[in-house]
Amino acid sequence: MNARKLTLRAIALGYLLVILVAPLSLVVWRTFAYDASGAWKALSDPDTVHAFKVTLEAAAVAVPLNTLFGVLCGLAIVRRRFPGKGLVNAFVDLPLALSPVVVGLALFLLYGRTGWFGSWLNGHGYQVLFALPSIVIATVFVSVPFVAREVIPTLREIGDEQEQAAHTLGASSWQTFWRVTLPSIRWAVVYGIVLTTSRCLGEYGAVAVVSGSIQGKTETATLRVQEEYENLNTGGVYGISLVLAAIAVTTLILMSIVKPSEERY
Amino acid sequence: MSERAGAALSLGFVTTFITVVVALPIAALAWSASKKGAGGFWDTITNPEALAALRLTLAVAALAALTNAVLGTITAWVLVRDDFRGKSTMNAIIDLPFALPTIVAGLLLLTFYGPRSPVGVHLAFTRGAIFVALLFVTLPFVVRTVQPVLIELDVEMEEAARSLGAGEATTFRRVVLPNILPGILSGVTMAFARAVGEIGAIVLISGNLPYRTEVASVFVFLRIQSGDPDGAAAVAVVLLAISFAVLLVVGGIRRFATKHERP
Repeated sequence: MNARKLTLRAIALGYLLVILVAPLSLVVWRTFAYDASGAWKALSDPDTVHAFKVTLEAAAVAVPLNTLFGVLCGLAIVRRRFPGKGLVNAFVDLPLALSPVVVGLALFLLYGRTGWFGSWLNGHGYQVLFALPSIVIATVFVSVPFVAREVIPTLREIGDEQEQAAHTLGASSWQTFWRVTLPSIRWAVVYGIVLTTSRCLGEYGAVAVVSGSIQGKTETATLRVQEEYENLNTGGVYGISLVLAAIAVTTLILMSIVKPSEERY
Repeated sequence: MSERAGAALSLGFVTTFITVVVALPIAALAWSASKKGAGGFWDTITNPEALAALRLTLAVAALAALTNAVLGTITAWVLVRDDFRGKSTMNAIIDLPFALPTIVAGLLLLTFYGPRSPVGVHLAFTRGAIFVALLFVTLPFVVRTVQPVLIELDVEMEEAARSLGAGEATTFRRVVLPNILPGILSGVTMAFARAVGEIGAIVLISGNLPYRTEVASVFVFLRIQSGDPDGAAAVAVVLLAISFAVLLVVGGIRRFATKHERP
C-alpha cells in the first residue's frame, strides 16, 4: 500500500517537474545568469514598453466588460427562462474550445475591408483591423467565458430561497442583487476576474491575426516576445517572458488565496 | 426604473453582447467558407498540405489528451488521497498552464527541450516538440475535473471494497473509476479541444515545417498571412466544427453525470 502511494506520488511529482517546474526554473536562471543586462535593456526599450501598454489597455476594456457580462449572463442562464437560452449557453463556452487563430480569422473577415462590419466602418473612416480596436475586440472575445463559468455553478449551488425571501420582504430586484445575490457569489466573481485577466494578458493567436504586429503600434507583450525571438534578441525574449511569467505566478498565488475562501459560502 | 424594464435591459445586454462579440464573427467565418460552394470547400480542406496539418493536429492532440488522462488522474489522486509537505504548492502549480501566456510556455519548453537543453533532449522542430507543448497546455484539465469528484467520493466505500477482499486494482476499477469516469471524459474532451486549437505554445518550438510539423492553427495563420483568408476559412470551419462537437459531448457527459448522481 505504502509503496504504491509513493510510486504514484513520484510519478505525479516527476511529471510536473519535467513539464512545468524545470523549464520555468531554467528560464529564470538563464535570464539572470547569462543576460540580465540584455533583458533589462529590452524591457526599457520604448517598443516593449508600448507593447505592455497595448496589452494593459486591451485588458482594461475586456476585464470590466466581461465581468459585467459574466454576472448578468450567469443570472440569466440560471434564474431565467428565455428563448435562445441554449444558444447563449453554447456561445459563451465556445471561446474555451475554439482555436484563437480561428477567432482571429472570424474577426478578420467581419471587420476586414469587405466584411459585414468592416465595409461600413472603413467607409466612415474607422480603422479596426491592424489597429488598437481589433486587439481589444479579439481580447474581449477570447475572455468571454471565465466569469460566467465561475458564476453559473455557484448560483446553482446557492439556490434562490434567499432571493425569494428578500423579495417577499419587499426588496426590489436591484436591492436583492446587491444585498443578497452578489455577496454570496463574490468569490466566484473574484476568481473569474483573476482568470479573465490572465487570459487577456496572455492572448496570442487571435491578436496575432488581427493586429498586424506593427512594432511600437499594434504589438502586444506576447507578440513582442515573438518579435524578439525572430530578431534573435535572447535577452529581450527572456526579459519579457520573465515579466509575463512573474505575472502568471502572482496570479497562481492570488488564485490559491481566493480558492479556499470559496468554502465560506 | 421599473423592475420589468431592468430585467429586460439586462437580458437585452446579455443577448446583444454575445451576438455581437461571438456569434456574428462566427457567422462571418461560416459565410466566407461557404462562398466557394461545397466543392471548393472540399478541395481546400483536402489539399495535401491542409490535410497533413489536420491529420497531424488531430493525432498529436489525441495522444496528448490521452496521456494527460492517465497522468492527470494519478495527479488528482495524489492531491486528494496522499499527504506530504509541499502538497498545496503542488496544487497551485497545476494551474500554471492556465495562467501562463502560451507563447511563454513555448519559450520555456524550447529552452528546456531545445538545442541548448541541459538534459540533452533535443526536440525542437520535431513532432515530439508539439506533443510536449500540448502536454503542457492541457495538463490541468483532467486534474481539475477529477479532483473535486475524488474529494466528494467517500473513502469508506473503497475501504469496504478492500475489507470484502477486493485487491487494489479491483477496488480502483470497480469502485473509484466508475465515479470519476465522467470527470475524466469531460476533462479529456476539453483538453483535446484546447490541444487542437493551440498555436502559441507550438509556434516557436515546432519550426512549422509543411507536411512535417505544421499544425492546423499554424496552417490557418500562414494562409491569412499570405493573403488567402477564404482558403484559411475552410480549414478554420473544420476546427470550428470540432469545437462545437466537443462542447456537445461535454454537455452530454455533464447531463449524464448529474442524472446518475447519488443524492
